[in-house]
Amino acid sequence: MIHQSQTLRALLPGDTGAEGGQKTALAEIDASCRVPVLFFFISGLAWLLAGTVLALVASIKLHTPGFLAGWEWLTFSNVRTAHLNTVIYGFASQISVGVSVWLMCRLCRIPLPAPGLVTVANLFYNLGVTVGVAGILIGDSTAIEWLEMPRYATPILFFSYALIAVWTIITFRLRAERHLYVSQWYLLAAVLWFPWLYGTAQVMLLIEPVRGVVQAAVNWWFAHNVLGLWFTPIGLASIYYFIPKVIGRPIHSYYLSVLGFWSLALFYNWNGMHHLVGGPLPAWMITISIVASVMMLIPVITVAINHHFTMVGHFGKMRHSPTLRFIVFGAFSYTLASLQGVASALRSVSEVTHFTHHTIAHAHLGMYAFFTMVMFGAMYYILPRITQREWPSNGLISLHFWGVALGILLYVVPMSVMGFIQGTRLNDPTIRFLDVVQFTLPWLQLRTLAGLLLAAGHAAFVVNVGWLLVRMFEPYRKPVVRILTGEAESLAAGK
Amino acid sequence: MSYGPLLFLGILLTLASSWVGLVLMPHRQMGSLGQNTDTNTAAIYPMARSGEAQQGAEHYRSLGCVYCHTQQVRPEGYGSDLERGWGRRRTVSRDYIHDKTVMLGTMRTGPDLTNIGERQSDTAWHYRHLYNPQITSPGSIMPPHAFLFETRPIGAFGRSTNALVLEGAFAPRAGHEVVPTRRAEQLVAYLRSLKSSGDLPEAPVKKEEASK
Repeated sequence: MIHQSQTLRALLPGDTGAEGGQKTALAEIDASCRVPVLFFFISGLAWLLAGTVLALVASIKLHTPGFLAGWEWLTFSNVRTAHLNTVIYGFASQISVGVSVWLMCRLCRIPLPAPGLVTVANLFYNLGVTVGVAGILIGDSTAIEWLEMPRYATPILFFSYALIAVWTIITFRLRAERHLYVSQWYLLAAVLWFPWLYGTAQVMLLIEPVRGVVQAAVNWWFAHNVLGLWFTPIGLASIYYFIPKVIGRPIHSYYLSVLGFWSLALFYNWNGMHHLVGGPLPAWMITISIVASVMMLIPVITVAINHHFTMVGHFGKMRHSPTLRFIVFGAFSYTLASLQGVASALRSVSEVTHFTHHTIAHAHLGMYAFFTMVMFGAMYYILPRITQREWPSNGLISLHFWGVALGILLYVVPMSVMGFIQGTRLNDPTIRFLDVVQFTLPWLQLRTLAGLLLAAGHAAFVVNVGWLLVRMFEPYRKPVVRILTGEAESLAAGK
Repeated sequence: MSYGPLLFLGILLTLASSWVGLVLMPHRQMGSLGQNTDTNTAAIYPMARSGEAQQGAEHYRSLGCVYCHTQQVRPEGYGSDLERGWGRRRTVSRDYIHDKTVMLGTMRTGPDLTNIGERQSDTAWHYRHLYNPQITSPGSIMPPHAFLFETRPIGAFGRSTNALVLEGAFAPRAGHEVVPTRRAEQLVAYLRSLKSSGDLPEAPVKKEEASK
């Protein structure tokens, strides 16, 4: 490790190494976060269940087209689109907001200011998602990927995102801790970037649509940046916070975290046009996005070194900490998803993988194996602290982890392989199109199986969270089994 | 890096760069692209769609056809789009200037539809295919769209002229017929209007192809 003593502070999440007095402060911060963060977590998990059911229906429909074919509002396209929007906007974004609100308070070291703002944001948010998903199911989908919610729903969501951005800036201005930890850079960036992206996309695609293929450019500038400038920064902020926190060791290198952050900020937002390789757009646009995609190797490798080297020698702790288990799984998936993304952006690879299930596999590697796993890990840490109760069931935690870990592996690996073969066959004009369709069927059935595993994991988690919430209303009892060995902070705080 | 304003400025400037580069610049470059008039033949391309086809495009959007069908033909030597007969030339920006929503698509669960109007102009085929894809394309995984049709008793004057010709397992109950609704008619009008192979200076159709 290359750092000197003055940078040591920069390497630790702001609230680490707390003395007795600061413990109380942490408990105070956690208690102030309880209601707003729980709102976001509970509604997010409700949307996760809805999204999981929709995913299963869509998956079955793709290999058994007669399944539920009589209902127009349940066509494959509707269900698939409703799935994407519930898990992206209903689940993942809401958990993101919950996690970043808590992280922001902890790192700024102040009890949650303006709780009303966060709660109002949550109410509007859920209203927006409900209206949007209902709009999709009744056939009002815009058919613009990642922006399918009709234009009578998106301004509600925009308002909510804007409130979160305002709240974050207020918290940032009021911070008691002057030093900024790396997670804060990412969180601040995410909440400022997203309303800009979402606002631009709404104006240029829904309110006053631009002409011709400029729509496709705006669409993919937006949609790709939802991943890279909204979910990725929040995921990375969480990894940067929780790995050092749980293993009690500073991050590997401060300089690498600076490089990783600014190179992501510089290159990621130029990536979007790689979704249009071979498409009817000027070559300069697609080329510039391919170049920027390859440049993503810099932030990805930098962050990979920083995360994985911090973990070296501490992997044994994953056995005891569910947080660490999920977060490290997510951190490794981030590296893999990013490298797969760089490869798929190359013209020669895209020629094969574009238009196939390879892209679907890649999306799930990024959004699920990386981002969702990190969010699960974060919730395993945050929920006991804000409720001041231990997780009720160790068995359910194991069921959750193994269900989703095996489920997503069984999803991503076969679908990546299948997509590649599918693309090779599509590019061979001697193979009939319908034969390529037939080839995909057994693989699509395997995906339904993977989906069932994921669903089982989600059910286990939701039951455990529900049980925890019930416990919140019971008088505090010292837990008999301590699941979070090595993370005794919440116990101390709960006394 | 604990200086808030610098962080703030960096965050805004980085995104501003691609906002200018990938959103505003393309809008300037292509946002007012117009029709092309062939200098030799005075043919205008692309022509606007009929009102009925435009309404059909709304159904295409609403039904989410874009999630399984692309509307873009990749260039020669890149993929097998041309060899599969999905087009006579690659598609270019100008092909899409009349589309209210541009639906290029990112997935080919089903074949590309850029030129489906040229490849399959038979209205009856489209109706039967939409009613149940197994009739025309056995083994397809496209869902049946029977809800775009009406099954009704055959009237006093006999079968309607627009009733679908359905045989065997696909035939309706005795004494009944299946007719397309307005939505099905508009959707098929749109599908039949999908033709993007006009000769353009930026995307010429090969001579021997054009003379066919």
